[in-house]
Amino acid sequence: MTHLAAESTPTRTVAARAVDLRKSYGRGDAAVDALAGVTIDLYAEEFTAVMGPSGSGKSTLMHCLAALDSPTSGSVLIGDVDLASLKDKALTLLRRDRIGFVFQSFNLVPTLTAQENILLPLSIAGRRPDAGWFDTVVDTVGLRDRLSHRPSEMSGGQQQRVACARALVSRPSVVFADEPTGNLDSTSGAEVLGFLQRSVREFGQTVVMVTHDPVAASYTDRVVFLADGEVVDELRAPTAESVLETMARIQLRSGHATGSTREP
Amino acid sequence: MRRVTWANLLARKVRLLLSAAAIVLGVAFVAGSFVFTDTISKSFDSIVEGTIPDLTVRLDGSQDGGGFVVDDRTIPASLVTRLAALPDVARADGNVEGQGLFVLDPDGKLIGGQGAPTLALNYNDAPSTTGEPTVTIGRGREPRGADEVVLDARTVEGSGFRLGDTVEMVTAGSTPRISARLVGIADFAGGGLAGATLVLFDTPTAQRIFLGGADVYDSVAVTARDGVSQARLAADVGPELGDDLQAVTGDELAAETQSFIDTALGFLGTFLLIFAGIALVVGTFLIVNTFSILVAQRSRELALLRAMGASRRQVVGSVLTEALVVGLLGSTVGLLLGFGLAALLRLVFGQFGLDLSGTPLVFEPRTAVVAYAVGVLVTMVAAVVPARRASRVPPVAAMRDEVALPESSIRLRLVLAVVLALAGAGLMALGLAGSGTTGASLVGGGILGVLLAAALGAPVIGRPVVAGLGWVFRRTAGTVGVLATQNAQRNPRRTAATASALMIGLALVTTMSVLGASINTSIDVGVKKEFTSDYLVTSPTFSDFSTTLAQQVRDTDGVGEVTQMQSLPVEVDGDDVFSTAIDSASFTAVYDLTMVSGTIDVEKGEVAISQDDARDADLSVGDDVTLGFPGGEQDARVVGVYEQSNVVGGAVLPFTTLAAAQIPRSDSAVAVNAAPGADRAQVGERLDRIVADLPTVTVQDQTEFIDAQRAQVNQLLLLIYALLGLAVVIAVLGIVNTLALSVIERTREVGLLRAVGLSRRQLRRMVRLEAVTIAVLGATLGVVMGLLFGTVLQRAFVNDGITDLSFPWGRLVLFVVVSAVVGVLAAAVPARRAARLDVLRAISTE
Repeated sequence: MTHLAAESTPTRTVAARAVDLRKSYGRGDAAVDALAGVTIDLYAEEFTAVMGPSGSGKSTLMHCLAALDSPTSGSVLIGDVDLASLKDKALTLLRRDRIGFVFQSFNLVPTLTAQENILLPLSIAGRRPDAGWFDTVVDTVGLRDRLSHRPSEMSGGQQQRVACARALVSRPSVVFADEPTGNLDSTSGAEVLGFLQRSVREFGQTVVMVTHDPVAASYTDRVVFLADGEVVDELRAPTAESVLETMARIQLRSGHATGSTREP
Repeated sequence: MRRVTWANLLARKVRLLLSAAAIVLGVAFVAGSFVFTDTISKSFDSIVEGTIPDLTVRLDGSQDGGGFVVDDRTIPASLVTRLAALPDVARADGNVEGQGLFVLDPDGKLIGGQGAPTLALNYNDAPSTTGEPTVTIGRGREPRGADEVVLDARTVEGSGFRLGDTVEMVTAGSTPRISARLVGIADFAGGGLAGATLVLFDTPTAQRIFLGGADVYDSVAVTARDGVSQARLAADVGPELGDDLQAVTGDELAAETQSFIDTALGFLGTFLLIFAGIALVVGTFLIVNTFSILVAQRSRELALLRAMGASRRQVVGSVLTEALVVGLLGSTVGLLLGFGLAALLRLVFGQFGLDLSGTPLVFEPRTAVVAYAVGVLVTMVAAVVPARRASRVPPVAAMRDEVALPESSIRLRLVLAVVLALAGAGLMALGLAGSGTTGASLVGGGILGVLLAAALGAPVIGRPVVAGLGWVFRRTAGTVGVLATQNAQRNPRRTAATASALMIGLALVTTMSVLGASINTSIDVGVKKEFTSDYLVTSPTFSDFSTTLAQQVRDTDGVGEVTQMQSLPVEVDGDDVFSTAIDSASFTAVYDLTMVSGTIDVEKGEVAISQDDARDADLSVGDDVTLGFPGGEQDARVVGVYEQSNVVGGAVLPFTTLAAAQIPRSDSAVAVNAAPGADRAQVGERLDRIVADLPTVTVQDQTEFIDAQRAQVNQLLLLIYALLGLAVVIAVLGIVNTLALSVIERTREVGLLRAVGLSRRQLRRMVRLEAVTIAVLGATLGVVMGLLFGTVLQRAFVNDGITDLSFPWGRLVLFVVVSAVVGVLAAAVPARRAARLDVLRAISTE
């Protein structure tokens, strides 16, 4: 057993872990399970994509992992901290210090400049930015000449790169990205994805991204597939083709499943 | 389209209520003022109706000077008998109308005093025009003999007297104190006395106290036989009267009394309506703001409506319909609240001596009409600008992510502000150059202009204040402070408009504070310069007191110079002037007035006048004037012109002139110096003992006099502060409203901030600091405006006794600090609401 475990995770530590995670909405007969018992380990220094058809529970899973939502049952661990044991104040601190976010709709503070937005989590925490790391991040996202601009003066791609820089600047344990390219054209999307990939490969960050775009998923190291609230498949070193193939298979299978229950 | 409007209204109940709150308060004040003043006039109407006889025979001129001056002339009892025998006359009753009598309650405290008067009459059952007796004895019996008295029911209830108790009274006559047994309790026709105290004696006793004991009267009430008109009665009685008597019919007397009451109490209504106006102006800011924000938040939805084919007119109509409903709702609640306010005012004025509890609150249809007109109109007008802006949202905006409303040019606003400011400044300058009421109203108009200019220009002139606060917050609260300041600056117009409401309230409060401080300083300076005697004996009720008191003072050990003064209105060449009678020999021994020319040493047939009166009437030493008294005229020569003084006023004339005018002597003030070498403090104690059992009279040295004068000013200020407080309350509601709407508007941002690690406490602090920014901005602008206005008003009233300008710095700082605290309080609900937002839901809000 020990030998096996050591073999499957040679150097990897678990950055975030979900154990039999369940989340249901509504009550009694009307209850809908968004997550029907998900157990998953997300490894540090890895770029993971969570994929699945609409309603598969991928966003819910990410919200629970990111301490934005609380599960009905099961547990979430960020590093070795069990989120269930934390109150709002501790959750706030956890989000502030150990988690980074990138949203589909950028969500920058319109009154702040790019630089201020990037440094926002640090300044809220009252921490001094690591100047070297800040420069690295800014140069990587290519925003050096845009730092004094406000969100309204930037393109969508630039705004999303600011959001990525903001997520990374505090060196969080995990960065969660919710459809980060959903509102971007393919060129801008590629820039953002490239940046997220570099942050993992070159700077040892951990990124978990929810997406439905096979091309976006091909930038990652590992793709986890969800359907009907359960983990149904997984790919390592994905390509756009292999992702597409797996998705089609899952679609077919779950289509069969629902079809069969409907038929007498 | 109508369905959309209704759906909007229902979906935004809370916002609706908040914006309606402004209307509610403004309308409540308007309605309250009307209900209260209507109640006052109803109350006096019934008093007038219930007390005026068919015909009154009185001494010619007895009502000159507002009936203030009572001379020694009387009507003989024989005339009453003669009138009673006339064919058209059912009965004739002689009246004794005593002045200067006050009742002491069982604890020896004065009843009434500064408020409603005490009426001391002889008891009879003469009917009024209504046919009912003016006075009926409710319990006990009528007074008989020298030591019996009857009081009105309210006074008895209020003071705790019981039948059989001994009632102590003080008078201005030769017997300073009277005591009598309470044998009856009287009910006054018409329900109430508006707080007046009624004291009834039998006729011989009243004649002894007030008319020197002769069988004479002050007036005669004549009642007509059935079917005889007032005019016929007057024609019948007229020939019986001598030159010095006049017959006044009930109708004439009612009109006369009514106009007297109107001038005496009409200012109350105006006064209250001014505050209603202020409340509405402040409320308008709140409504404009609320609708602007609501429209801004709904711009995407409005664009969608436009995209689906709604016309501009329909969009405007939709917003205006919403305003109409808010206005109607607010007016209705405001009208109801107005009744509460009127009841509260009735209670407050009852404390000041105007008791209206005998009259139910009066609701005239006009009150409702005005309340709805004002409420609906103000809301609609306030909503027009946001509605028009809403209609300019391009339909394509519905497809975009972020919708920016087209904003009107700030330059236009600034131009308007500058024009208004210049016009206001011009009006103030004109007002300062002018004089009297025109000058004051010009200054008032100027103040309004500058205030509106400041409100319009606030987004620009407030910048340094916001920047300064931003610096402080950055230093003290770090990022949270920066975020708060930037939120406040995000929409400078919204911040400025919200702050403007507070600015107006505080500008007025500050103006009053500066005026109050200036008045107090002026009193200080004036009294220290002019209060040259060691002690001054005066009456806090402004009622004259018996001259026997001055005699007692003279007989006191250690008293040196004593001089008596009697104030009374005298007609000088036809103009009523509040004047002072003196004994010039003793006067000049105590006071050293600065003379412009001539002397204050007046003898019979001579008069000294003030510098202002001399200028206004173009008089100088050596000119002749005619002095008018109720009983007739006297010629006098001007022998002196004195510089404005608080010791004497108007025409200064000798006591001998009063004697010739048949005006009885009493004293308004007695100045006392300690004899050389006497212990001043001891003399003071002895004087205190003399007046100890005379509550209408006090002995004060310079310091005590200043304190008493200040206390009066401060009491008035307190009342005005309380009324202006309403405007401040509306302004605070405005801050709550703006913050609440801003928080809703920035829900997604709040979610993001929470997601990146802003704690609930930090979030609450951020909202609070934004509120403090708004509040301090408003307070600072308001205080600066108030300092300006206060200075201008002090200049305007420099000739009316406010000679010195003074700024109450401590109080002004307090205003700003309190405003900051108020800001924190106003932020409580929006901040909590923001902190409670679910992070996930907030972040996914569109």
